Amino acid sequence: MQYAKPKTAAEAARLLGAETGVTRVLAGGTDVMVQLKAGMVEPALIVDIKGIPGIRDITPEAGGFRIGAAVAGLELGDHAALCAMYPGVTEAAQLIGSKQVQGRCSMVGNLCNGSPAADAVPALFAAGAIVRIEGPNGSRDAAVETIPTAPGRISLAKGEIITSVFLPAPAAHSADAYLRFIPRTEMDIAVASAGVSLTIDASGTITAARVALGAVAPTVMLVDACAAALIGTKLDAAAQEALEQAASAAAKPIADKRGTIEFRTKVVGVLARRAAVIAYVRAGGQL
Amino acid sequence: MKTIQVATTINGDATEFVCAPDESLLDVLRNRLGLTGAKEGCGTGDCGACTVTLDGRMVCSCLVLGAEVEGSTITTIEGMSTADALHPLQQAFIDHAALQCGICTPGILVAAKALLDRNPDPTDTELRYWLAGNLCRCTGYDKIIAAVQDAAQKMRTA
Ligand code: FES
Ligand code: FES
Repeated sequence: MQYAKPKTAAEAARLLGAETGVTRVLAGGTDVMVQLKAGMVEPALIVDIKGIPGIRDITPEAGGFRIGAAVAGLELGDHAALCAMYPGVTEAAQLIGSKQVQGRCSMVGNLCNGSPAADAVPALFAAGAIVRIEGPNGSRDAAVETIPTAPGRISLAKGEIITSVFLPAPAAHSADAYLRFIPRTEMDIAVASAGVSLTIDASGTITAARVALGAVAPTVMLVDACAAALIGTKLDAAAQEALEQAASAAAKPIADKRGTIEFRTKVVGVLARRAAVIAYVRAGGQL
Repeated sequence: MKTIQVATTINGDATEFVCAPDESLLDVLRNRLGLTGAKEGCGTGDCGACTVTLDGRMVCSCLVLGAEVEGSTITTIEGMSTADALHPLQQAFIDHAALQCGICTPGILVAAKALLDRNPDPTDTELRYWLAGNLCRCTGYDKIIAAVQDAAQKMRTA
C-alpha cells in the first residue's frame, strides 16, 4: 500500500484517477481504518486529503457555510454560528460514534461511506446541501441527494473526490432537526432516522419543507410526499398524522438484528413527525 | 512496502519514527516508540483503550495512520504525570479503586482529562456521555465516574 498526502485537490484527483488498483480517500479515517483492520479492503493507494487547503475549514459563504471535507464532528459542534444556523445538521453529525470518533469523523466521509444509516446524511439531504467535487475534468457541484446510489456505493466517478459541502443561507424563519432511533443511548447505528428542514411564514404556515429518511431503504432518501404533507399546513395534528403516514409509506426497510421491517416502518414515521415538530418550533412556529 | 519517515511531537518531545504506510498510530506508539500505555482493545474504534490526543482533540489511535501525524502534536497517557507527582485524575483512580485489570484505564484517563480541559465542572450525565466510547469490562462505571468527579473537584479548587 502507498500513502500519499497531496497538497491540492487537483493532485489528489490525479493520483486517484491514475491508480489502477483499489484506492481509498482518507479524511478522518473512522471508516477507512476499520475497513483496513477488518481486511475488507487492501488498497493499493490511500490518499490523505488533509493537506488540501481549506479541507479542514468552516468558511462563511453567501450567507451560509462551506465545510471542508475533513472537518470533524466536534469542530462542527464547537462552531456556534453554524450550530445556530443548522442545529439539525450539526446535531446529526455529532451523533456519529464516540467522542473519540468525533475528533476525526467528517460529514463528507459519512456521506461517501454510503451507509443508509449514516447519521449526518438525512440532515444534509433535508438541508439542501451541495457538495463540491474535484475530478479529472475540474470541479463541479452536485446536490447531496445525488451522491449515494446503493449501500456502500456513491455516484462519484473514478478520480473524483468531494472537497467540501455547502450549506446555503436558510430563508427567514427556517430551521432543521434530525432524530434517530437506537436501542441504547450512545455508540450505536441508527435503526431508523429522519431529517426535516422547513420554512414558515408570518402566520406559521409551512411554505417549504424537505424531509429525508435514513436506514429504511438502500440509501438515505428524500421523500417528496413527506414534504407535501407539511407544506401549506401549520403542523396541526392532521398534518403531523399525514407526515407520519407518508414517511411510513415511503419506507422500504430490511429486517436485521437491529430492527424488523414492521418496527422500522412504524418508527421512521414517528421520528419524522417528532423531527418536524422540533424544526417547526425552532423556526419560530407555535403548536 | 516502502516505509515512511515521520516527525512529530509526543508529550512535548520532538519524536521521529519510521513506519509502514498502513501502520496505525497505536502500533507505532506501542511497537516502535515503547509507549505501551495506550492499549489495543478492539482496533476498530469501539473501546477507547487506545485514546490519545492529536493536535488537541482526543482520537482513537487505532483509527489514525502513523503516516498521518507528520507535524502533529500528540499526548499519550505517558505524558500525564510529572516526574514527581501523579495527575489528580490518576491519584483519584487509585483512591477510588476505579480500576481492576487496568486495560481501559489509560484511555479513560486521557478522555477524562480532555473533558475537564473543556469543561472543568461536568455533570455526571455529561461525563457518562463523554466516556461512552470508553468501555470497561471489570470495574463498573460508577467508581470511574466518582473518581473523575473527585479529581475535577480537586482540580477546580487547586
Ligand atoms: S483499540 Fe482503538 S478503540 Fe479499541
Ligand atoms: S479495569 Fe479492566 S477493563 Fe476497565
